[in-house]
Amino acid sequence: MSCWESFQAYALRSLGLGERLLPKADITVCEQVVLIGSGLIWNVYFAAIALLLGFFFATALAMAKNAQNPWLRKPAEWFIFVFRGSPLFIQFFLAYEAFVLLPKAGIEFSLLGIEFGASTRWLTRAWLGATIVLFLNTSAYAAEIFYGALRSIPKGDLEAADAYGLTGLHRFRRIVWPTMLRLAWPAYTNEAIFLFHATTLVFFSGFPAWKQMGDALYYANYFADKTFNPFVPYPIVAGFFVLMTLVIISLFGMINKRLNRHLPKQKRRKIALRLNLIR
Amino acid sequence: MFAHCADPSTLEGFAWLACYLTNGKHMLFYGSFGTVLLLLAITAPVSLAFGFAGAVASRSHIPPVAWIGKLYTSIVRGVPDIVFFLFFVIALDQGIEWLRHQAICPDWTEPVRQGNDFVVCPEAKMPLSTAPQSIHEIYNFTLAVFTFAIVFGAFAANVLYGAMNAVPRPQLETAHAYGMNDRQTFWRILVPQMWVYALPGLGNLWMILIKATPLLFLLGVQDIVYWARELGGSKTAIYAYPHPDWRLYYFLFLLVFYLAFTRVSEVVLERITRKLSHGQATAAGEAMRREA
Repeated sequence: MSCWESFQAYALRSLGLGERLLPKADITVCEQVVLIGSGLIWNVYFAAIALLLGFFFATALAMAKNAQNPWLRKPAEWFIFVFRGSPLFIQFFLAYEAFVLLPKAGIEFSLLGIEFGASTRWLTRAWLGATIVLFLNTSAYAAEIFYGALRSIPKGDLEAADAYGLTGLHRFRRIVWPTMLRLAWPAYTNEAIFLFHATTLVFFSGFPAWKQMGDALYYANYFADKTFNPFVPYPIVAGFFVLMTLVIISLFGMINKRLNRHLPKQKRRKIALRLNLIR
Repeated sequence: MFAHCADPSTLEGFAWLACYLTNGKHMLFYGSFGTVLLLLAITAPVSLAFGFAGAVASRSHIPPVAWIGKLYTSIVRGVPDIVFFLFFVIALDQGIEWLRHQAICPDWTEPVRQGNDFVVCPEAKMPLSTAPQSIHEIYNFTLAVFTFAIVFGAFAANVLYGAMNAVPRPQLETAHAYGMNDRQTFWRILVPQMWVYALPGLGNLWMILIKATPLLFLLGVQDIVYWARELGGSKTAIYAYPHPDWRLYYFLFLLVFYLAFTRVSEVVLERITRKLSHGQATAAGEAMRREA
């Protein structure tokens, strides 16, 4: 099979399109690169959804943890403690077993004339179940980062807001939130990278790869098992992840620039990379 | 365990549960917590040693040595750790077998890589196929410890490198002024002072190491995750203790175990930080002086 043919056959294999059977014998480097790259779609999907939704939930959690009212503060503290204090691997296992035990039920509803169906069975599938776990996990980690940033908002900024008569939601939207994001952004960039790396755990932790539709590491592991040669597939995964990490850094770097645009050049905070977390 | 546990089918309620939780399999489950603690006890000092070596290499004045140190830390840190866990175990295993193959059977003419197979002579297998099961388990565990040490050594190297740079330069200059050579300055001034700067990073690393231990399961070691899956799965009537799918409860137990472990570590680390900050010329040390 030529390289182009294997690209056509396997480029969207992780979504269930293209060739049904995975390569078994005479595996070429090309097939490995294409199939592992195809699996990367899942990693990007998990990370993007979890980060996007987790961002808003984390803001709410951080505000709750910073609140005076214990009815708001205590649940937020416990949520953050549970998800930051336990391994993500165990969280995946636990969530999967819990989802399996849920009663099989489904609802159907129509929205704007289109029929929709939802069933609890979907929760045991990686695309929904694992995304929920990753969403809760990243919310807890990001909430702790945002909470730290909330605590370090300069006192003068808040006093100035009071002096201008800004209160409530207005004060939050104009002063507290932008400053919090600006202070938290370098750490949040690292969190995004760790979360992206953590998506590789999904298919090794209970959630089965349905019809062999898995992520990058799932296929790399498949090739390593088939060829007894770890020296090709794993460096390929590593290469893909280094590339994606660079993409995340540049994306978040652009946002960082925008958050800091009002500051003089030398006061801007640079993103310092500390790639060293497992969950 | 207990005498009345001989025939579990006659038991009810609490007595059944007591017998169930103390049967042989469960004893292995409790023992596997020891495996996890053993892994932590071995990995922490070994990776600290790796980290120290890496940090010293990165600081070296000889460029190739410095490159090796920097390469080690940056490669391991840029890639998901689980990739390394999966990669190193096979790579180390094959590397050891290949070296033994070269040493033990030099007359072997066939290539080691035959298409999709990795073939070494039977005498070079590691461990030998005739070895008892326990040797296989110990070998697997050793590979796992070594892999953990390599990965966490890179993180520790990064922390220690930063800590060594954080020691105030005047301290080192004073040491030189007193006539100490580079070696003496390093061991008598730099190393004793770097720990207070390294502690927050190392503490963080310890928490991460605790949370990485379930990955042992992926390395083929019979750890707590393995036993939780094994014991929790539903058991039919042919087993002594039939029960439905209880994996949820087993994993809940593991969750509580890890939460307790990380919480205790947090408290202990806080205490050590206080101790080390005492009398230091840092903000924390100054705050403690004012309190007193």
